[in-house]
Amino acid sequence: MGWSVAYWLKCLETRKGALQVAVIEKDPTYSKASTVLSVGGIRQQFSLPENVQMSLYSAFFLRTINEHLGVVNEPPIDIQFNPLGYLFLASEDGAAILEENVHVQRDQGAKVSLLSPTQLKKKYPWLNTDGVAVASYGLENEGWFDPWALLHAFKRKAISMGVYSCHGEVTSFTTSSTELLTPERELTLSRINYVHVQMPNSLENQPVECSLVVNAAGCWSGKLAEMAGVGIGSPNTQDEIKLPVEPRKRYVYVWHCPDGPGLACPTVIDTTGTYFRREGIGGNYLGGLSPTEEEEPDIQDLKVDHSFFQEKIWPKLAHRVPVFESLKVRSAWAGYYDYNTFDQNAVLGSHPLVENMFFITGFSGHGLQHSPAAGRAMAELILEGKFKTICMEKFSFNRFITGEPALERNII
Amino acid sequence: ASSWAAVRVCMGRPQPRGRRSATERLPVHKPAPPPASEPLRQRFLRYLCSRFYDIESLVDWSAKLHFKNLRRKNAFQGQERWFRAERHGTFNSDFLQFRDVPVEAIDLAGSVVNYHGLDNLVKLTALKSLDLSRCPNVDEWALSRLHVFAETLEELSLAGCPQVTERGLACLQQLENLRRLDLSHLPAVPCQGLLRILVEEMLPGCEVVGLDSGAQTSQEEEVPA
Ligand SMILES: Cc1cc2nc3c(=O)[nH]c(=O)nc-3n(C[C@H](O)[C@H](O)[C@H](O)COP(=O)(O)OP(=O)(O)OC[C@H]3O[C@@H](n4cnc5c(N)ncnc54)[C@H](O)[C@@H]3O)c2cc1C
Repeated sequence: MGWSVAYWLKCLETRKGALQVAVIEKDPTYSKASTVLSVGGIRQQFSLPENVQMSLYSAFFLRTINEHLGVVNEPPIDIQFNPLGYLFLASEDGAAILEENVHVQRDQGAKVSLLSPTQLKKKYPWLNTDGVAVASYGLENEGWFDPWALLHAFKRKAISMGVYSCHGEVTSFTTSSTELLTPERELTLSRINYVHVQMPNSLENQPVECSLVVNAAGCWSGKLAEMAGVGIGSPNTQDEIKLPVEPRKRYVYVWHCPDGPGLACPTVIDTTGTYFRREGIGGNYLGGLSPTEEEEPDIQDLKVDHSFFQEKIWPKLAHRVPVFESLKVRSAWAGYYDYNTFDQNAVLGSHPLVENMFFITGFSGHGLQHSPAAGRAMAELILEGKFKTICMEKFSFNRFITGEPALERNII
Repeated sequence: ASSWAAVRVCMGRPQPRGRRSATERLPVHKPAPPPASEPLRQRFLRYLCSRFYDIESLVDWSAKLHFKNLRRKNAFQGQERWFRAERHGTFNSDFLQFRDVPVEAIDLAGSVVNYHGLDNLVKLTALKSLDLSRCPNVDEWALSRLHVFAETLEELSLAGCPQVTERGLACLQQLENLRRLDLSHLPAVPCQGLLRILVEEMLPGCEVVGLDSGAQTSQEEEVPA
């Protein structure tokens, strides 16, 4: 997200060199960053029109990525796009919602088809259609790609356009505040003047003067917001409202099954929420499942719980795809969702009280694919004061104050 | 933007919908008479014409030869006649007569058609045969649009497309009625032997040409000595 915003700021700035942009990264190996630990999927099948629009825009961006992110004298970008759709399965209970979602998606111009169990069986003979009432399949602009390639391309291009890459950890902010008396109560508005960056392997703390800060710290953005005073004010005021984004650990398992579904295996989203897709052409598949609220694992480290696969995932997989009865787990990893506990959707826009902190976070498992569109929206908001390409007012921080969620139904 | 000068359109007889029987829809697809038997000179010309459309229009006899080849190709498809662009990329006026006749075959071999260029084709709901061989801009994004022909397309050639990869091939599963798929000379496809098995498994009932075992014969077909 950070590099996407930096690229778009440079791309949309009105005069060359008008902006000085620095991306501050504490871990340039990205060992814990969600981006490189994701499974790289892109889909149009969301329930909110804004999310569908973001996906459509991102698909366009990825298709023409070399026109945007190509750098002269550097090899062209290959994001290794696999054009296989998402196949959402719905039970009798979920059928109406699925169809409703498909209408939203089609209204936005996405190409999504509905399949009956019979059609499903014909197309995917390896699938057990028990308990499936209807399915939807994204015909275009869906699939998966290499997250590293996209991250690297954004970074390379942004740096070539003059963005500073800064290695260090943001540890605190210096803010100045003004008191504002409104008829109802007293408000404290604040501005960030300096970002304090802790340099690697040193005790030195470097203040960086800035006119605004974009909080793109992924699952750690709640913590970063707190450093600027968001959500730590007195109770029962706006100051108390936190950025509701926190890390949630998600496991991805890779298994081998030579007689598996084969080359045309799409990303299947089972009625139980379990997902899987093909990985490469050597008979490997990968997949996972979001745990229930009670099962949420500890987030201290990225260790994988293998019993979660054995107990929760495998039975569901084997039910849906009987050949998966004989699968063998090859490897597994875990990553953090930048999970928005309020409504599982992005937070885009500035904070009402800390005026110059802009959020671009909380994507809860679909942030990679939305990074091109969201980065652009953020740059538009910063440079022009409003969204131009896609209106994302719905995702503003204000919804946490008014208590109106922008709920997304299709969270995997 | 894409150039359309190399477009040849073949029209089928206007047919009432739903009358086509299964056997009619599945003509026996013997590959075109192997051009390998032609003299070298002719093969070379054929190659040139298919690459550079201006050569055809400048050298008249070359065009005739080309036309003959096309007609021959036609015969086995059981279709009527091919239309092709003239020198300036315009079509002969009797082409207009066939406004209401569904287009059944498009030959875009060697053209620069890309993802956007396919906009012009997606409305052809009766398309049975599509030749995209040696198209340098056909990539996985372009292939992902072919699903619009899922109901009708029986024959597809992607031979010699430098950007076609195993990733793109996977989405051809949508083409349920495919009977013949030419995948010879795909330099970007790894593990061709394995991939052939995977593609055949994915498209039962479709004859896959090329990819490893088929590579040898088609090599003679495509590349002039
Ligand atoms: C298992 C898994 C599967 C996923 N699958 C998909 C998918 O299929 N499709 C999809 O679109 N999305 C998917 N996602 C979600 C997606 O990965 C995220 O939404 C997205 O990558 C978020 O990007 P980001 O740049 O905001 O966060 P990150 O990539 O986490 O980047 C945040 C960066 O901020 C740095 N940082 C944090 N705090 C500080 C600080 N104080 N100072 C300096 N630097 C700091 C971190 O080091 C990190 O590099 C998946 C996520 C997971 C975990």
